Amino acid sequence: MSDVPADPRYARQAPRRPLRLSWSDERVRNIVWQALVVGGVLAVFYWLYRNTSYNLEVRRIATGFGFLEREAGLPIAESLIEYDPSMTYFRALLVGVLNTLKVAIVGIVLATILGTLLGIARLSRNWLLARIAGAYVELVRDLPLLLQLLFWYALLQALPGPRQALNPVEGVFLSNRGLKLPFFRWEDAHSWAMIAFVLGVVGTFLYRRWARARQMQDGQPRAVWPIGAALMGALPLAVWWALGAPFQPDIPFLRGFNFQGGLTVSPEFFALLLGLTLYTAGFIAEIVRAGILAVNQGQWEAAQALGLPRGRVMSLVVLPQALRVIIPPMTSQFLNITKNSSLAVAIGYQDIVSIANTTLNQTGQAIEGIAIIMLVYLTISLSISLFMNWYNARIALVER
Amino acid sequence: MSDVALNENMPNDALPRTAPKRFLGPAAWARENLFSTWWSTAITLALAYLLIRYAVSFVDWAFVNAIWTVPYNAAGQPDASACRDNKGIGACWAIIADKHRFILFGTYPYDEHWRPLLVCMLFVGLYIVSAMRRFWNWRLAVIWAVTLTAIGILMWGGVFGLTYVPQERWGGLPITLILATFGLAFAFPLAILVALGRRSQLPAIKALCVLYVELIRGVPLISLLFMASVMFPLFLPEGINIDKLLRAQIAIILFAGAYLAEVVRGGLQALPKGQYEAADALGLSYWKKTGLIILPQALRLVIPPLVNTFIGFFKDTSLVLIIGIFDLLTAGKTALIEPQWQGFGVEVYITLGLIYFIFCFAMSQYSAGLEAEFNRHRRR
Repeated sequence: MSDVPADPRYARQAPRRPLRLSWSDERVRNIVWQALVVGGVLAVFYWLYRNTSYNLEVRRIATGFGFLEREAGLPIAESLIEYDPSMTYFRALLVGVLNTLKVAIVGIVLATILGTLLGIARLSRNWLLARIAGAYVELVRDLPLLLQLLFWYALLQALPGPRQALNPVEGVFLSNRGLKLPFFRWEDAHSWAMIAFVLGVVGTFLYRRWARARQMQDGQPRAVWPIGAALMGALPLAVWWALGAPFQPDIPFLRGFNFQGGLTVSPEFFALLLGLTLYTAGFIAEIVRAGILAVNQGQWEAAQALGLPRGRVMSLVVLPQALRVIIPPMTSQFLNITKNSSLAVAIGYQDIVSIANTTLNQTGQAIEGIAIIMLVYLTISLSISLFMNWYNARIALVER
Repeated sequence: MSDVALNENMPNDALPRTAPKRFLGPAAWARENLFSTWWSTAITLALAYLLIRYAVSFVDWAFVNAIWTVPYNAAGQPDASACRDNKGIGACWAIIADKHRFILFGTYPYDEHWRPLLVCMLFVGLYIVSAMRRFWNWRLAVIWAVTLTAIGILMWGGVFGLTYVPQERWGGLPITLILATFGLAFAFPLAILVALGRRSQLPAIKALCVLYVELIRGVPLISLLFMASVMFPLFLPEGINIDKLLRAQIAIILFAGAYLAEVVRGGLQALPKGQYEAADALGLSYWKKTGLIILPQALRLVIPPLVNTFIGFFKDTSLVLIIGIFDLLTAGKTALIEPQWQGFGVEVYITLGLIYFIFCFAMSQYSAGLEAEFNRHRRR
């Protein structure tokens, strides 16, 4: 954000005049104006601070974050870490943060996939496909997200109970208690295989970098996929095998009035994820479409003139250029999905806003509760911005 | 045609011909756009099958098997048992027939419903006038001031023989329109100041503006609304109490101001540097330069993104549901609480969606058209 132009005409600066204490000196005026504005803002904040501390005293509301250590007594329906109401507020808020991250991350991945497909579909030469994608995008973008969330939640709640659950595929049940999926019993071997897979991804990435660097030197292309398949496929399988290859299917079945076993997706999480994904995908589709359209037609033609096949034109020439246009607005969509996940409170999914809200109602400490919400979101927003800025700088056009 | 065929030695196929049949007409269009490759054909057939199947079942549910009215019993209470029996087969639009006044105007006194109706029409008129280019000058500010005052008088009453209606009884569509429109009206001047401040040479002012914009944009609107509902009362000196709607309105203004500031800043940056330099060369002061040269051009540039941002606020006003303010969405949700209408959420939400969609779609079409017109010089 430097406003200093690189124009050589500006290189020679005006000679510095001594500061005159007069209203006609611009520097004096600037200092006075800034002092007035900053002073005014500080005065307002001081006034608010004094009112607040007086009001807190009158209403006998405690201040400070001491309540974090107290027992929460706050039931939470779904949690990624171990939790029960006898644990502290801090633990409860941590559960909330993890729930927010869970829905945001899954939502970002799904919305990106769906949005990219929709964006490409809108540019399809197939008239019907392009029209349906266009109608979808226009519809979801023009309806409030909260309305869409309430709609999906109402639809899920209108589903039959567990006894008459919809059963589209063997082992999958959709009822007003949520979505039940078959899974397998999770054991240590699976965790180790997962770690091996992550290491495999890192290894493949490093190998690819090395292969590229070598290709630049000796011109020999090296296939990455055999190493990748070995590291990401065979290695986790070998680890799983070495630890005894445990596999116990866990298929949901009806017992009494509810399901037992299997993986549960609660109706709240399901409605929130569905709403966030479908809504954001509409915006991402427009970004992807604009990005592809922004690549000059001449680039397609030049790449084809070089004899590149259509697929490679897309992957080597068009997409890298489209990405430069796509990444910055995509970042704000990722931030939006994270911030919009706060609407969870309206349908009863216990994210950080919902839990902090309960906390501030129970303790009466409104300022601390809202400060926690804001701090969490600012941290998440800042992390996403930093990561995406780094990625954006990596793919940015390198000019002289 | 005859003069073309003068040369009799000319081969027959050199004569001008009409385009072959297979490139014309709907069949050729379909071949080109729907069945060009076997892959495209497969997509077309699959989509057409799904579309027809779901469209038919939707029409069946929404129109053919729908129930439009239900009988009322002696006490004037609707009897929704017919709807309950029809659940899953047909829609129950009777809830809309019974509750539409409540959904649109909330708990506003029934006999005075013409007033919020008039207010809604005033808002729509205001939007239409604002969209017309001949009013894009100082007159627009006057029109907005007059209309918003008239809306305030109509809603509150208490003068000109109108009965006084306290703010607690307002509800429904007027609240949504008030939150969005007043939000824009007050956030816009704030946004211009902040955008100018962010590009200012004065470091302290620039830092303040950056801090404000980034802080607000980094947190969700809900946290600001919570702040408005639970923290604002603590901020004020004892004895001063501002009502909930006004507090939410302030939060929306602060929120909208940060986003609009970024839009305005885009316009300021898009303006060629020569404009700034020419104004400086004329010896204009900062405020004259800004008011006479920069803003009139920069604001014109940002009208399409401004409309898009306004669509965003219009949708976002629905979030006041979470702090219990009676806007359109809250009214719809409240209508569902009544025992006889419980479980008909889908019908109500579709109706509300239609209302939101009409407003947002009209605005987005307008903004897209305007953008295309502004970019006309770039088109080939």
